[in-house]
Amino acid sequence: MRTPKCRALKSPRCSQSVALLIACAVALSIGLAAIQARAVEVQRVVSPGGIEAWLVEDHTNPIIALEMSFLGGAALDPEGKAGLANMVASVIDEGAGPLDSQAFQGELDDLSISLHFSAGIDSFGGSLETLTEYRGRAFELLRLALTEPRFDEEPVARIRSQIVASLSRESEDPDAIAGRTLRRLMFQDHPYARPAKGSEASMARITVEDLRRFVAERFVRDRLFVGVVGDITPEQLAAALDETFLALPAKSAPLAVPEATVTGGGEVVVIEKPIPQSVVVLGQSGIKRDDPDYYAAYVVNYILGGGGFSSRLVEEVREKRGLAYSVYSYLAPFDYGAMIGGGTATQNARVGESLDLIRQEWRRMAEAGPSAEELEAAKRYLTGSFPLRFSSSDNIAGMLVGMQLEKLGIDYLDKRNSYIDAVTLDDAKRVAKRVYQPDALTVVVVGTPEGVTATREAPNDGS
Amino acid sequence: MEMASLRRPVATLFARLAGFLALMAAVAAILVPWEEARAKVFDPVSFTLDNGLQVVVVVNRRAPIVYHSMWYRVGAADEQAGESGLAHFLEHLMFKGTKTLKPGEFSEIIAANGGRENAFTSWDYTAYYQTVAADRLEIMMKNEADRMVNLALTDDVVLPERDVVREERRSRIDNEPGSQLGEVSRAVQFLNHPYRIPIIGWDHEIEQLSTEAAVAFYDKWYAPNNAILIVAGDVDPEEVRDLAEKYYGVVPRKDVPERRRVIEPPQNAPREVRLESPRVRQPQISVSYLAPSYRQAAQGDEGNEAYALQVLSEIIGGGATARLYSRLVVEQGIAGSAGAGYNPTNYDYSTFSFYVAPRPGGEVEPLEAALRAEIADLLDSGVTEEEVAAAKKRLVAGAVFARDNLSTAPRVIGAALTTGGSLEQIESWPDGIASVTTRQVNEALKDVLRDEQSVTSYLLPEPTS
Repeated sequence: MRTPKCRALKSPRCSQSVALLIACAVALSIGLAAIQARAVEVQRVVSPGGIEAWLVEDHTNPIIALEMSFLGGAALDPEGKAGLANMVASVIDEGAGPLDSQAFQGELDDLSISLHFSAGIDSFGGSLETLTEYRGRAFELLRLALTEPRFDEEPVARIRSQIVASLSRESEDPDAIAGRTLRRLMFQDHPYARPAKGSEASMARITVEDLRRFVAERFVRDRLFVGVVGDITPEQLAAALDETFLALPAKSAPLAVPEATVTGGGEVVVIEKPIPQSVVVLGQSGIKRDDPDYYAAYVVNYILGGGGFSSRLVEEVREKRGLAYSVYSYLAPFDYGAMIGGGTATQNARVGESLDLIRQEWRRMAEAGPSAEELEAAKRYLTGSFPLRFSSSDNIAGMLVGMQLEKLGIDYLDKRNSYIDAVTLDDAKRVAKRVYQPDALTVVVVGTPEGVTATREAPNDGS
Repeated sequence: MEMASLRRPVATLFARLAGFLALMAAVAAILVPWEEARAKVFDPVSFTLDNGLQVVVVVNRRAPIVYHSMWYRVGAADEQAGESGLAHFLEHLMFKGTKTLKPGEFSEIIAANGGRENAFTSWDYTAYYQTVAADRLEIMMKNEADRMVNLALTDDVVLPERDVVREERRSRIDNEPGSQLGEVSRAVQFLNHPYRIPIIGWDHEIEQLSTEAAVAFYDKWYAPNNAILIVAGDVDPEEVRDLAEKYYGVVPRKDVPERRRVIEPPQNAPREVRLESPRVRQPQISVSYLAPSYRQAAQGDEGNEAYALQVLSEIIGGGATARLYSRLVVEQGIAGSAGAGYNPTNYDYSTFSFYVAPRPGGEVEPLEAALRAEIADLLDSGVTEEEVAAAKKRLVAGAVFARDNLSTAPRVIGAALTTGGSLEQIESWPDGIASVTTRQVNEALKDVLRDEQSVTSYLLPEPTS
């Protein structure tokens, strides 16, 4: 239920966690075979203009959900202009073509069309949901936002001030402080270290020219991935794809994000804040999505602290000792690097004890791996819970985009459980040893913790 | 008031309900589904077992999954003085085993079947749910029925869980100045009614909650005749009936007390609360007014004031072209954010609230004056026919989306039925909205937006001088 990966790293790829889950499927054989047989059918739709989308047709309700993503996200923001992608995402639905901001938003409101954009670290996403009767206009408004955003002075100033306000608010939020500091320590000079929303200083430097250049360079057909669910036929969708996206440039220059290396580690940073509960986050280098060991790592992380009440971290920190409401670990695979993270929040007096327990569990997993029983239980959960992802149109559409971004194949929904099933106890132990490095854990504590000694100063939160 | 405390952290709620204004915004967002029912949208099937358990089934065949939930008509506002937080604490303890299952075993069974679960507590209800493959429904029912009657608690599991709840309180409230202010704001919004007390409880009272108190609360309130079973998903209502009779039908009925809620005295003076902290970087202001819930409005002369107030809320705060945002944020450029919130799905009172935050560096005083001017304008001139028509259209159109997500129907239905609402009321919600007239909106706003029943809350940075 918790999705700390998305939260902690502001990853755009919430859909990715879906894909990850997809990746897991062991078989409860009997019932689940039936489930898979009845799972949704994914169609590949290619428009006359050559634009591809993956579609799950569902005419139960008069609703259409579209999710889209351009490869390339906030990590590509120019030096000194961190937050550019996020600002574009916030402004392109504030007036486009002949419609000024209030006219554009007014039409969305009047027609009950939901249109949102978001900037992730490695991709730029868009999300459209409409009633069938307004389909034509909904796609038209999406096209206008992508191809003719106005960037009028009023909305640009307004959105800039709202982002600055939220940055200012976050500057005293312990979770946000901890997350930013950890990223800075983990990724150092790499763009992944920068906050996707930028800083007050970088926000001040972003010009309308920057916004226009972003739109021209980044909204390009060869980086576009589309997933659609709902009340639309392949023929209707094919036509809509051309009407919506054909105006975009066909080809783009290569993405230029350097590979990130997570080095060092083992450091402890304490940021003093007068709050009754300390927020603790920690991280180390991780494992990428296309690594052959990824599924094994995914299963092992579930056992350590990836969700569920039976995880080792929850058992030791919460259930046995009542030290925290929330304690977790997660995998964060990005396109150009990866980390594994974790965290908790506990009263200041017991931070040292909680941190020791987390480190101890990290070490125990690295040294001995999971037990056969734990592995079996994890596989049963991860495969059995897969169909739960199909609970709403936008969820499914997001999965369709995630599958394309991660090159998982159009038959991934059918195959996913077999990848989880294939993880053996030997795999799990080997991969646990490979990925978990308790001595390399970098720790950030925000609060007034006891029992913790800082080993270095907090890094500059440069951006 | 629909903010619920959950047993397990959920990223969206947990991370985003930071400040009290953020909370209100989130409430407005959460609200949407509550308002989104259309005649025959959910098309529920309902029946009652001999022991008094009401069962509601909503068929949704999108995926071979089922949402199984048990709602008890008891919440934080049913606690006795001095035991604040008990309803929520018991919610946590319901996972601690029964006469036949060890602590956590039900959760293990759910996980082994690929299911997810959680629970939540409000002032008026406590609910437990699992989402699972449809062919596992029977296993969920068997165990949910078990803990309806066989809960077995001992200090060795209860006491650590009490520490967990205190950590939950620190995360949600004590670490967040906005949440601290929200707590105080509620405490003065309600002079007498228990909605003044936080769901999670005051820390000094949570600290004293005992196993015995939890068991007594459970014995008093948890019974089939004080509960509603709501099942949504890929199921056949007749099969649900058979399973419900098999597992829940055997749980004996028992005497459950009537809910005795005190009523508010006349509120004769506006109140102000103010929290200044160096941890506040962006000021925020909210003005909230005591307002009727569905149940209260239904007893009033007009009968549909709660619908009129939803239309009003949509006109004032329903998006980027609504009054407050378009005037204060876009036109005047004085605010960074602005909105309104109203949720009538409470057993007793509701609130109607406005919130604004200045742009960075902006002053609070002129923004408050601008907000007050908007409220005065509403009182003087009312809303227009065009605004009412557009708001009604948006609200009713939005109802279609409520059918999409599997969990929406059970959440809407459970909250309604535990707060005095009915299935008929939910199904006819679009008609209720469509029938609202401009005159009714203008009368409702005059009735509600009265200074003497208001609380103004200021979240402010500590002065540096």
